[in-house]
Amino acid sequence: MFWNKEMETLSLEKLRELQLERLKKVVKYAYERVPFYRKKFDEAGIKPEDIKSLEDIRYIPFTSKADLREVYPFGMFAVPLSEIVEIHSSSGTTGKPVVIGYTKNDLEVWKEVMARSLTMIGVTREDIIQIAYGYGLFTGGLGFHYGALTIGATIVPVSAGNTRRQIELMRDFGTTVLCCTPSYALYLAEYAKDEMGIDPSGLRLRMGSFGAEMWTEEMRREIEKRFGIKAYNVYGLTEIIGPGVAHECQEQNGLHIWEDHFYPEIIDPETGEPLPEGERGELVLTTLTKEGVPMIRFRTRDITSFLPGECACGRTGRRIERIRGRSDDMIKVRGVMLFPYQIEQAILEIQGVEPHYQIILTRPHHLDEIEVQVEMSKETFSDEVKEIEALRKKLEKRIEETVGIRVKVTLVEPKTIPRFEGKAKRVIDKREIL
Amino acid sequence: MKIKQISVFLENKKGRLYEALKTLAQAGVNIRALSIADTSDFGILRMIVNKPEEAKKALEEGGFTTKITHVIAVGVRDEPGGLAEILKILYENDINVEYVYAFVEKSGEEALVVLRTNNLEKTIDILQAKGVKLLDSKAVENL
Repeated sequence: MFWNKEMETLSLEKLRELQLERLKKVVKYAYERVPFYRKKFDEAGIKPEDIKSLEDIRYIPFTSKADLREVYPFGMFAVPLSEIVEIHSSSGTTGKPVVIGYTKNDLEVWKEVMARSLTMIGVTREDIIQIAYGYGLFTGGLGFHYGALTIGATIVPVSAGNTRRQIELMRDFGTTVLCCTPSYALYLAEYAKDEMGIDPSGLRLRMGSFGAEMWTEEMRREIEKRFGIKAYNVYGLTEIIGPGVAHECQEQNGLHIWEDHFYPEIIDPETGEPLPEGERGELVLTTLTKEGVPMIRFRTRDITSFLPGECACGRTGRRIERIRGRSDDMIKVRGVMLFPYQIEQAILEIQGVEPHYQIILTRPHHLDEIEVQVEMSKETFSDEVKEIEALRKKLEKRIEETVGIRVKVTLVEPKTIPRFEGKAKRVIDKREIL
Repeated sequence: MKIKQISVFLENKKGRLYEALKTLAQAGVNIRALSIADTSDFGILRMIVNKPEEAKKALEEGGFTTKITHVIAVGVRDEPGGLAEILKILYENDINVEYVYAFVEKSGEEALVVLRTNNLEKTIDILQAKGVKLLDSKAVENL
């Protein structure tokens, strides 16, 4: 199903033409209206007129999260506040928050891309959509809200948290679409079964759109199995627009970027150079149509790659694979780069172990050590030490094969690893760097 | 002649054994025999109790990972060499002992041990053929 078939299936030739036209316009717009961009461009010795092809984008300086924090709160705004109708902001847990303002048109763009995203997976006005992403300054809740509202689906704007209530609403209202973080979806399934005696697969739920944190194929299968639904991956970030930058189609093979609004590049995070198609690197995004805060070459810190070939669904927007890591989350242990998702994948490959884990980094004798705590599951518990030891060793071996360094696996009692209603904190770094 | 044993996964953390036993006490479960297999990180608490199913339910509600396995309860002459005699029979019949531990109570003049081997059926047949006394679950409950 298409929300805007013409734009979603625009021929590549026409799409590139449109992108170039919009890129030229937004670069000029940003240069003229935002002192931050003017300064950056001038320092780099580049003028908006120098952009003659899409490839020329590589001469434009990057915008980083740090840049956005420096101009807190409204330094990136390209229009007077009177034109801004809504403000969103990142949480600011790692520094000053990033503030993004939306004009009326920006909200229209957001509605459009979210309506496309939800329609693409089969959401219609007949659906009852439970939005369990946080509402507020975080873009998750309202982004989905706008999309669902545009489609005309019945919205249950419950926001995040209050797990028992979430399940009661799903059961009593007959919710058909669930939107939340994937770790919270798993928690909901577990809570329904263990605490309320409700079989999650017996609910009317038929699909879900999950994102706002890193997850894996195994987690997808787990969510699909437990609820008996189709689980789709959504991608977005406040700096660009919020959820709706990209979304999976029913093929569940990569996330289509809405390229008429967001221009994607994949670069080498170390050198900043564009990478050949198919190679994994950092996603860089440029907003082509936003007015409030135009974002030029924003470094997302998200690691992904473009998937080659055409998609069976007929959409022409390039597909990115699920986010493979964040350059920020990258853990450097004994000089080796690794991402929590790699460890997660390894654990989940070993059958029967509940996908609840935590990574603890220590440096006891000037040497980094990784401990991975994995919750023991009912299914894998044996009353023989040698079998539990064998399971532990199997986990250690699989993780070592995946990340390339030795780790210590500790099996812990069920439900001792903290559950999070928002983003999961998987890594605890106790290393003291002297 | 198999009896039910309940096993509990315990992290090697202060208070976990107490928590488990407190849970059983609150459920009115009486422990007949108990052993702990421990490693540096975790332990497995194995018990023969008067009400295994109730024990399992209470422990799981308390958040513990449990498992019911089958073992046999053997009556052993309470004198030097009593247990060795039984182990000799198993050894001669090529049966491996996974673990063994003792009951708190005696049954008459005999000491009681819990035995788990790599082949419980065969163990039962052989020991019974040799006239060794095995207790059924009813007998264990009534101890």
